[in-house]
Amino acid sequence: MKKNKNSDSPSNRLWKFFASVKLTVTLLIIIALTCIIGTVIPQNESPSADSLRYGEFLYRIFRVLSIFDMYHSWWFQFLIFFLAANIIVCSIDRLSSTWKVIFKKTPSFDIAKLKNSCKEEFTASCTPHELKTLFLPLLSKLFKYTNMQDRDNGFIIYAEKGRWTKLGVYAVHFSVILLLIGGLIGSYFGFDGSVIIPEGKSVKNVILRNTGAGQPLDFEIRCDDFNVAFYESGMPKEYRSALTILENGKPVLTKNVIVNDPLRYRGINIFQSSYGAMQPENITLSFTDRNTGTALRKKISLGEQIDLPGTFGKFTLNKYLHSYNFRGHNLGEAFAGTLTPPNGEPEEVILPINFSGFDKMRMGSIVISPEDTEQLYYTGLQVTKDPGVPVVYSGFIMMIIGCFITFFISHIRFCVEVVKKKGKSIVIVAGISNKSITGMEARTKKLNKLLSDTIRG
Amino acid sequence: MNSSILLSLTTFIYGFAAFFYIVSVVFKKPFFGKTGTWTCLAGIAGNTGGIIMRWIESYRFGIGHAPLSNLYESLVFFSLVIVAIYLVVEKTYANRSLGAFTTPLAFLAMAYASLSPNISDRIQPLMPALKSNWLIAHVITCFIGYAAFAIAFGLGIMFLLKQKDSQGKVPFIKLFPDLHIMDELSHQMIMFGFLFLSAGIITGAVWANSAWGRYWGWDPKETWSLITWFIYATLLHARFMRGWHGKRLAYLSIIGFIAVLFTYFGVNLLSGLHSYGR
Ligand code: HEM
Repeated sequence: MKKNKNSDSPSNRLWKFFASVKLTVTLLIIIALTCIIGTVIPQNESPSADSLRYGEFLYRIFRVLSIFDMYHSWWFQFLIFFLAANIIVCSIDRLSSTWKVIFKKTPSFDIAKLKNSCKEEFTASCTPHELKTLFLPLLSKLFKYTNMQDRDNGFIIYAEKGRWTKLGVYAVHFSVILLLIGGLIGSYFGFDGSVIIPEGKSVKNVILRNTGAGQPLDFEIRCDDFNVAFYESGMPKEYRSALTILENGKPVLTKNVIVNDPLRYRGINIFQSSYGAMQPENITLSFTDRNTGTALRKKISLGEQIDLPGTFGKFTLNKYLHSYNFRGHNLGEAFAGTLTPPNGEPEEVILPINFSGFDKMRMGSIVISPEDTEQLYYTGLQVTKDPGVPVVYSGFIMMIIGCFITFFISHIRFCVEVVKKKGKSIVIVAGISNKSITGMEARTKKLNKLLSDTIRG
Repeated sequence: MNSSILLSLTTFIYGFAAFFYIVSVVFKKPFFGKTGTWTCLAGIAGNTGGIIMRWIESYRFGIGHAPLSNLYESLVFFSLVIVAIYLVVEKTYANRSLGAFTTPLAFLAMAYASLSPNISDRIQPLMPALKSNWLIAHVITCFIGYAAFAIAFGLGIMFLLKQKDSQGKVPFIKLFPDLHIMDELSHQMIMFGFLFLSAGIITGAVWANSAWGRYWGWDPKETWSLITWFIYATLLHARFMRGWHGKRLAYLSIIGFIAVLFTYFGVNLLSGLHSYGR
């Protein structure tokens, strides 16, 4: 706590503002409310779709307020920054006094307050002196700290444990700061990209998700093979890419990557994220002479030209069509080629892959039919680097431990008072905790029973 | 007997339990309260048995996985946890009036799971992204948290009813625990729920990081769970502020549970990765 002579100085007032729980509650409510916006208004969609949906006027307002990417907007980050400042100032403000309370050698205790709490009592038929020799060792074994004081007609033992649990709250708050730091590290030193690799090919660059820019890697990723397995119902069961990491062209690591089991190499994580069919590069065609029935099978690649036997001339495979429309019917994938007789006009030939007899309709003297294509797949990988993850994960662990300590381990204090009365002793057990009252009632009863049992036992 | 039949039966058992508790509160008949407790125990047995059978059946279909992978299965688990937590509370605090407010939630969750046309109770194979132990941890922790919040919600409503009727004019409200006990119990539930909600969000983040390489992506479901978390964090802090006791906290607890429900059901109306819940 800053000690200013004038407690109303601006810096002091600012400090107090940031140290208040009122600010915490206000910020938490505002952040919760603003978060809703981003779940109702789709984030990071195309500007044209957005302006169509909301109209030009609203679109411009939203644009100015970065509503379409609100979790990264200046004002949202400003709120988060305030929350962080709030936590830090609040913790510093209280930590020194909490520290002193926790690590004080001889804690003070307020008997009046203790007597106001859960209370049990019993009468023992021995003297306070005998009880003292029984109770003191027992209580110092059960509690971290005990303190005995003699009174005129008896004694009081004060016992407590769990004072350190007051630090739990600081762990929780520090964990929130760790999460924010981890997030910042990730956004400054990490990247999130994706890449498509055809089977058998390798890449050295990935495309960044946010900007679409290329991000070079220090190594190459090669996709040796891609497989997709299905359940009987037709639902996909597993996507699997066999990947090899190449350093300077030499393979250094090979791994099958499936969803939920990424490849991690030199701080870069490679995840299975999508797949697709490559457009075919070549096809095996059969050329049948309509008159003789003799057929020739030949594999041909896109752009290749082959010489046909006899007088049929040349055939060129020109292009691949994703879908071919014939008189209003979609015939699906097809290749287009050109047939050039030695002395005639070139003629366009369409070869729908799934309709091998299609070319018969051309009524040419040679019939070309597609036989089979080699289907290659590509694998879609997500490639990320996030050096903030260890920090974030430590925050996660610290938050769980901190919450557990704060919520469920209590600082408990007992006061056992023994008073002599007509040759007997009255034992009063009073307890207090900073947590649940009901739990403390049960604890007090238990201690009361334990003490009365030790006398008999 | 298969798991579907057993779980449908459990729905009815919970229905009866709710009925007994309500009768016991409204007509001040302790006998019905005790019957409610025994009925609840029978329900828990059926519910647990149903979950285990479903697990075994999934292996028999050759697509074995823990029965925590879709909306139906998570609702069934949710009901189980609500009733289990409630019974612990009932035993600790020796008061059955809370049963009239929590067992109906378990019944409604089960009935909704079994009857809603949008929810399939078929045992389905897992799509690749859902094959992760983190997912199981995620579902379990989230739903334990939600169940604790459901009970805090019931307590919040009871608190408001009792506070409104401070003269004790309505006979059945007199049976409710004292205001300060309900306040404390609700705080206990919220702390318990908050711990598990935090763990649920964390395990979800770890799962997302192992499946997609991003522990947080601001998708609507994630964001709504964070909103819920903020609401309960507000509630926990508000206790430290003057003038924020009792009534306002009860309202916050009700709002928090509405956020839970929205995270759970409402988000499917929005779009996002988590829409597998359908
Ligand atoms: C954002 C700024 C925050 C500030 C300034 C703040 C401040 C405080 C303060 C002053 C206390 C009371 C400590 C005491 O006197 O014993 C407290 C308690 C607590 N805070 Fe925060 N807090 C913040 C954020 C959070 C967040 C984000 C969480 C989320 C987990 C959190 C969780 C807790 C918990 C669990 C307690 C203990 C509650 C209890 O004992 O019942 N705080 N906080």
